[in-house]
Amino acid sequence: MSKKQQLIDAIADMQEDEAMLVAQQMLDDGEEPQAILDACKDAMAVVGQRYEKGEYFLPELVIAGDMLTAIGEKIKPLLQVQTAGAAKQGTVVIGTVKGDIHDIGKDIVGFMLDVNGFEVVDLGVDVPASDFVAKIHEVKPQVVGLSGFLTLAFDQMKATVDAISAAGLRDQVKIMIGGAIMDDTVRNYIGADAYGSDATAAVRLAQGWTGGK
Amino acid sequence: MEKSPEQLYQERLQRIKDAVALKTPDQVPVFGPYQLFPYLYAGVTLKEAMNDYAAARRACHQFLDDFQPDCDFGPILAYPAKPMDTLGLKWFKWPGHGLDDNTIYQFVEGEYMTADEYDEFIYDPSDFMLTKWVPRSFEGLKGFAGFPTQRRMMWSGWMGLGAFASDEMQESFRIAVEAGKQVNEWWGSIGQYNDEAVAKGFPIAYASFDWPPFDIIGDTLRGTRAILGDIRRRPDKLLQALEIATKIFVEYGSGAAGADLPLCWIWVHKGTRNFMSDEQFKTFYWPFLRAGMLALIDKGVIPMVYWEADIESRLEHIVDIPKGKAIYHIAQTDIAKAKAVLGDTVCIMGNVPNGLLLAGTPDDVKDYCKMAIDVAGKDGGYIMDTAVMLDEAKPENVKAMFEFTRQYGVYR
Repeated sequence: MSKKQQLIDAIADMQEDEAMLVAQQMLDDGEEPQAILDACKDAMAVVGQRYEKGEYFLPELVIAGDMLTAIGEKIKPLLQVQTAGAAKQGTVVIGTVKGDIHDIGKDIVGFMLDVNGFEVVDLGVDVPASDFVAKIHEVKPQVVGLSGFLTLAFDQMKATVDAISAAGLRDQVKIMIGGAIMDDTVRNYIGADAYGSDATAAVRLAQGWTGGK
Repeated sequence: MEKSPEQLYQERLQRIKDAVALKTPDQVPVFGPYQLFPYLYAGVTLKEAMNDYAAARRACHQFLDDFQPDCDFGPILAYPAKPMDTLGLKWFKWPGHGLDDNTIYQFVEGEYMTADEYDEFIYDPSDFMLTKWVPRSFEGLKGFAGFPTQRRMMWSGWMGLGAFASDEMQESFRIAVEAGKQVNEWWGSIGQYNDEAVAKGFPIAYASFDWPPFDIIGDTLRGTRAILGDIRRRPDKLLQALEIATKIFVEYGSGAAGADLPLCWIWVHKGTRNFMSDEQFKTFYWPFLRAGMLALIDKGVIPMVYWEADIESRLEHIVDIPKGKAIYHIAQTDIAKAKAVLGDTVCIMGNVPNGLLLAGTPDDVKDYCKMAIDVAGKDGGYIMDTAVMLDEAKPENVKAMFEFTRQYGVYR
């Protein structure tokens, strides 16, 4: 089995120590840093698929994310120029709305969109409506994802959608909302295009809007 | 003849106890455990409620008078800002400390216990909490990092008391004393309110608060990401720590024993479908929570388990408890499915969507409540309640939930 395949399997099977070892061996063998990053990307796609199938849950996404960060830190200094990645499926701006600092759900959605080929711009938590508007101007996403865990997010999401409309950007983006207490009544109140009950639903929505698979 | 507050109190108590015991009460109990709602309703900001305890009590009294719940929370969840400030509490943001005046306080995730500290926690949880966790959690108590280890006090232990003479230790004691007085002032207010509510005829909805063993380790010790990683990285250590946490769980909850309404509220945070697989739930979450609940039931406590989010896939596991001894609050879980699996075993509570209470109409709310009573409350075993704690909502919608339930939910 090639070293690349070994790395993919180690990451996908949650073998942290082995993944770090193989990545180091590949570097020592003079492998191109980009090839190692490509292997990580392939591995993350497998992790994403297993998550969608219900084989993996948050523990595995946490560990996969940590492996990716650790290998990335090893490799980043060696990358001479940032090579342009493959063409992206589309751009999604995500963030947790103002007043709410919960990030776990948002981070899973970001991870799953990323492994499914989307360019993800994550604005973080406690994001004011004006920051969403400014970022939409800047990166021209096809999709905006608003996250919120608390009931206060209902009104903050509504204010964010209203601000996007007031800026004349509403018809340029599709807006999806997510969070444990979201449902269709709330989506309608907020004026969003759809709500997703989990990260897999978010990927399906974004794919549907960008003509993806 | 109008009923006396004492009669109303006994009726309400019996109503809830019958529902728990899966007997048919006189009517479906209705209750809306709240955090923010009474303050929004009374025009008091959360910041005021956390600082001005009389204002918090007034707001909760107005809620009692206007909505007549079958049991009541009172101002217990308007945490006292003064001692939080004095202590320099680090793992919360609250109004005036990083959040707006009406934004509910929120937890700041972090690893307040590191991965290599499991053994210390397992060996002597009290010493670990006092010398590691407390200094990390409260800026003002960082002097306690030098607190002499009490388990070595025999024979020459007193020779280590020099630690108490340090400026840092003395400053932490000074702050602890000041915060202690402030906490007592707040507890005085809570006690006063509870006495007043009981005198008006309303049972107090809580007698203790608790967290499942997994969340005791996962919330303020390891943090969500870290504990979920531990499931795969160091399962044996985690299982050992969960044994300890189960004992702490029973300690937290036992305070409810002997109360008129001995409800122990158990806040389920990471046990839902989104956090872990059923297999992981069956290994790391449920056995410890179940063991703790059985111990509480033995002491006469009623576990009131607040199952957040969607727990449909967990129903077949969590049904394994003694009959008629607990309440399971459900949030987004399909109420019909929950009733079908749990109905013969445990009283179900909740599930009126908070989105409906904010964005719907009174008629929408009544329709939902009718469905819930028809599906889950046929011969008892159901308590009407919101899906998650009541914060932002239209008062007329909340009123519709209470009034419709009292009209439609009558059994005899």
